[in-house]
Amino acid sequence: MSPRVSLTFTVNGKRRRVTVPPMKRLLDVLREDLGLPGTKEGCGEGECGACTVLIDGRTVNSCLVPAVQAEGATLLTVEGLARGARLTALQEAFVGMGGAQCGICTPGILLSSYELLRRSRGRVPGDPEVREALAGNLCRCTGYQKIVDSVRAAARARAGAGARAAPTRRRRTSAARAARTRRSR
Amino acid sequence: MRTALSGLSVARPRTLAQALKLMQGDAGGTRPTPLAGGTDLLVYLNAGTHPGQAFIDLWGLREIEGVRVGARGVTLGALTTFTTIREHAALRRRFPALTAAAAEVGARQIQNRATVAGNIANASPAGDSLPALMALDAIIRVRSLRGERDIPMGALYRGYRDLALSPDELITAVGVPFAPPRSVQFFRKVGTRRAQSISKVVMAGVLRLGRDGRVDHVRMAWGSVAPVTMLAGRAEEALLGARPSRATAAAAREALMRDIAPIDDIRSDRGYRLAVAGNVLEQFLRTADARFARD
Repeated sequence: MSPRVSLTFTVNGKRRRVTVPPMKRLLDVLREDLGLPGTKEGCGEGECGACTVLIDGRTVNSCLVPAVQAEGATLLTVEGLARGARLTALQEAFVGMGGAQCGICTPGILLSSYELLRRSRGRVPGDPEVREALAGNLCRCTGYQKIVDSVRAAARARAGAGARAAPTRRRRTSAARAARTRRSR
Repeated sequence: MRTALSGLSVARPRTLAQALKLMQGDAGGTRPTPLAGGTDLLVYLNAGTHPGQAFIDLWGLREIEGVRVGARGVTLGALTTFTTIREHAALRRRFPALTAAAAEVGARQIQNRATVAGNIANASPAGDSLPALMALDAIIRVRSLRGERDIPMGALYRGYRDLALSPDELITAVGVPFAPPRSVQFFRKVGTRRAQSISKVVMAGVLRLGRDGRVDHVRMAWGSVAPVTMLAGRAEEALLGARPSRATAAAAREALMRDIAPIDDIRSDRGYRLAVAGNVLEQFLRTADARFARD
């Protein structure tokens, strides 16, 4: 029969131990063995990002990580973002700005955004930077703009009113275009 | 059909020596498959297209990790991830073609796990880091219990997914020499989308004009246009010793058409790939020197 191994890691701040086949996908360990179904399966081949979780602070596609490689690691899943009923600023922004629709991609998008906001350390990332950071997370509902807006709003909320926003690639408004045209005449 | 992952066994060596011993295989002749970041292997396993039953988990093997900057170039440990490459200050400064490639391999989730040796060993003709490594004259260091040897990147691929490695050899490092001073590096990936897409054409180039105004160093490596990642030898020959001009660029483009052998597949077709490869070549040349676009 299949060999099983005993693995210990920290998930959302708690130490957990599982006994599983070593090549079992981390995705399935989280959902089946640890009762954390917030992490979703989309494509199962590392394209869609629905199964994104953090391992030692870095996003991974948990459908491509064998359980054995999580031994001793610190994992963060979507269930670990909120403190009880208190949502993070990032989650609040998604709720408030319509960054989530059907919800399948949302856990992965939140975790990729979390990694981005940690990496940008208080700076408000520009629109292209957010899009690049979320390039591995597919959403079939929103058209992405509200997701990008939510992430930047959360970054602004965190940075506070004094922070300088990075330039954005948002489509120029027609007013701005008109102003440019006038100047060039 | 999905592979029954629960039936697979994994050995977890703590040292490189233990890993090399495992690469020898068992008495029954079964040889385990090395596993690093898993971003290709798990895709095959999930799809049921990998026959392996036994694996060697190399992840976390410190001896083959990390970036060392030396006097003549850098050494990338086999397990160096694309995130490490794209974020490394010295690599960004000295190897912009490589760091650009690293930033376009999959997306962040993939770059955080995928390793440079994994990309090399997977040997996809569309592998994005491979043209950059080849254009930079990278050396692949491999090791087995029998010893260590270096294979030039340009001699690594003998045919479609056929590496010049013995079954017991493991890639331990990739040496990348510094490009000639004042040379220009270039990387271009053409796909349906900037992230995650498998390339239709991917190219990396290094070019330098000598003091006499003639090309005195040129490397152009291409992916997705042949069964293997390849150097465009005829196109390089057309450029070497020539002065930059539109005529030189046209001659190189014509030679490139004889170097590459693209096919029709689900991502693109031969005609498109030939046209785009020619355009990418011209973009590379005029990026290196604007006179390649002038009469």
